[in-house]
Amino acid sequence: MKRDIEYYLRREAFPHIWCAGCGNGIVLGAILRAIDDLQWDKNEIAMISGIGCSSRITGYVDFCTMNTTHGRALPFATGIKMANPEMKVIVVMGDGDCSAIGGNHFIHAARRNIDLTAIIVNNMIYGMTGGQYSPLTPSGRFGTTAPYGNIDQSFDLVKLATAAGASYVARGTVYHIRPLISLIKKAFNKKGFSVVEIISDCPISYGKMNRMQSAPEMLKWIRDSAVSSKVWENLSEEEKKDKYVIGEFLDVEKPEYTELYAMVVERAQKLEVGK
Amino acid sequence: MSKLKGDIELLQGNEACVRGALLAGVRFFAGYPITPSSEIAEGMARLLPRLGGKFLQMEDEIASMAAVIGASIAGLKSITATSGPGFTLKQENLGFAILNEIPCVIVDAQRGGPSTGLPTAPAQGDMMQARWGTHGDHSIIALAPSTVNEVLFLTIRAVNLSEKYRTPVILLLDEVIAHMREKVRLPLPEEVEIINRKKPTVSPEEYLPFKPEQDGVPPMANFGEGYRYHFTGLIHNQKGLPTTDPQEIDSLIRRINDKIQANIKDITFLENYSLDEARIALVAYGSVARAAEGAVKLAREKGLKVGLLKLLTVWPFPSEEVNRLAQQVDLIVVPEMNLGQMVLAVERAVGGKCKVVSYSRVDGELITPLEILEKVEEEIIKK
Ligand SMILES: Cc1ncc(C[n+]2csc(CCOP(=O)(O)OP(=O)(O)O)c2C)c(N)n1
Ligand code: SF4
Repeated sequence: MKRDIEYYLRREAFPHIWCAGCGNGIVLGAILRAIDDLQWDKNEIAMISGIGCSSRITGYVDFCTMNTTHGRALPFATGIKMANPEMKVIVVMGDGDCSAIGGNHFIHAARRNIDLTAIIVNNMIYGMTGGQYSPLTPSGRFGTTAPYGNIDQSFDLVKLATAAGASYVARGTVYHIRPLISLIKKAFNKKGFSVVEIISDCPISYGKMNRMQSAPEMLKWIRDSAVSSKVWENLSEEEKKDKYVIGEFLDVEKPEYTELYAMVVERAQKLEVGK
Repeated sequence: MSKLKGDIELLQGNEACVRGALLAGVRFFAGYPITPSSEIAEGMARLLPRLGGKFLQMEDEIASMAAVIGASIAGLKSITATSGPGFTLKQENLGFAILNEIPCVIVDAQRGGPSTGLPTAPAQGDMMQARWGTHGDHSIIALAPSTVNEVLFLTIRAVNLSEKYRTPVILLLDEVIAHMREKVRLPLPEEVEIINRKKPTVSPEEYLPFKPEQDGVPPMANFGEGYRYHFTGLIHNQKGLPTTDPQEIDSLIRRINDKIQANIKDITFLENYSLDEARIALVAYGSVARAAEGAVKLAREKGLKVGLLKLLTVWPFPSEEVNRLAQQVDLIVVPEMNLGQMVLAVERAVGGKCKVVSYSRVDGELITPLEILEKVEEEIIKK
């Protein structure tokens, strides 16, 4: 039965804190529609987030939720999943949360290939603290702490997650909603560490610093800079600058961590190791 | 499995900690290797899966603390173990656990510091970090065993207190207690008192995860049991949702402090040696309490009326008992392997009722009974 997404919201937690035009609401809607399509039971879902505007998502949804500390959502989620492998554990992080302070946890969660879905809301900036550059701010763009242009290279989360050992890796945007919902659904269904990076808009912090004053302007920019893998392959390095390739990049089957640990338990109980 | 129960065994402090935790029902460990605590992780890696429990070696101590909190919320009694540098890394998420009232135990096998310090030498330099290491107003329970047998029983007690009061509990070992071996009789599982967190008695619709009962402690539903609610590091209302209401803020902060302070009698664990008619008292904890006991014997042989108050609970500080002691004796000597940390709490509790002096050692060497006796005699001459 298809439900209105209100069914999944905590009414008493509203109004939300997000600015008008912020991509976080679109992300929230996409996640809830994916959950509804899969007809998951609310009691089985744990949604865990770090700290940032996007991480506030967990306060608004009617699941078992936790808004943890900055960058640490994945290890909190790892503890929950290990303790109760039956739970479906979703982790929502901002780009700074996931790739700066939480970067180490991100690669290790991928390396373990533990059955969590990591959703990274990439607005290319530290939104909550007012627009400082993040490890995903493209070189040459501006932030309040990069007033003369960002000289850092940015991470490619897709490559990072793939190299670190994830099972499923995809990138979508808040402009391309239907494809985004199906990417999220596939990630949810994946047994193993799955990653969906979502290119999102923060008109207040990123937009202002980078000559895009409004949400519609930002969404148009997201629409125009997102390309499919096919198009991407034929672009020159110069043309690739400021463009994003979207779609699915990795979908493999390999041993999942809680299942491997169940085998450790079996082995330990049979062998009485090192007695 | 015979090694798990009932026998008399020669155990290392760290091994006794593992056994105590398992007897208390701990079924989850997450940690990161560090001397002198690593034997706890190794023991857990070996024994937990045999009991169907889970062991995780995380990427660092921050992640370990996070995983322990996650596992506790999902219903497993959880513990982590570390030493100074790792204890420092755990502080932020320790604060999260305090604010969100998550039962869990953190073992800190203290070594010399600051920084990497003296990895293989004993110290008691983390007493104040245990109390105030994480930011903001909070209370904490910390226990400090001085024998291997006490490690076993205080680990069980730490797990029980964490469940009873929905709070993290810190177990402060030091390098000596962590690594020394002593004979221990392991209790049978049926001899061990086990306390489990209170579960809600109301329906999920009526459940308020941060609404306290009489004792100041709210019942706790585990994730996955049909109760859906929110944890946040933000100050929250009884529903667990962020609040900026001054009254709600005030009542939460006061309650998480008061629930421990109000139950201090139940939490406090002390031992007296030759304190009857003593005119001089030693106040000591951890491995130094062993030397202090030796010093009392030497002093008594010399006819000096010296006794010892051994602190097994260091936080919340047993001020009432120490104040009472100050009314009986003329002098309290506090020997510590630090520059005088718990002596500050002693002085505060004494409130000028008797003289308090500190005896410190921070060179990585143990304090000996003779040194303590000399300090006592020096003070007697001064009078
Ligand atoms: C340990 C710690 N350091 C710094 C902060 C301050 N802080 C809060 S949110 C944030 C950045 C959030 O940016 P991002 O993760 O990109 O999420 P967004 O707000 O853009 O959704 C920072 C640095 C914090 N809360 N904790
Ligand atoms: S600051 Fe940016 S990310 Fe944060 S709510 Fe506003 S628009 Fe969204």
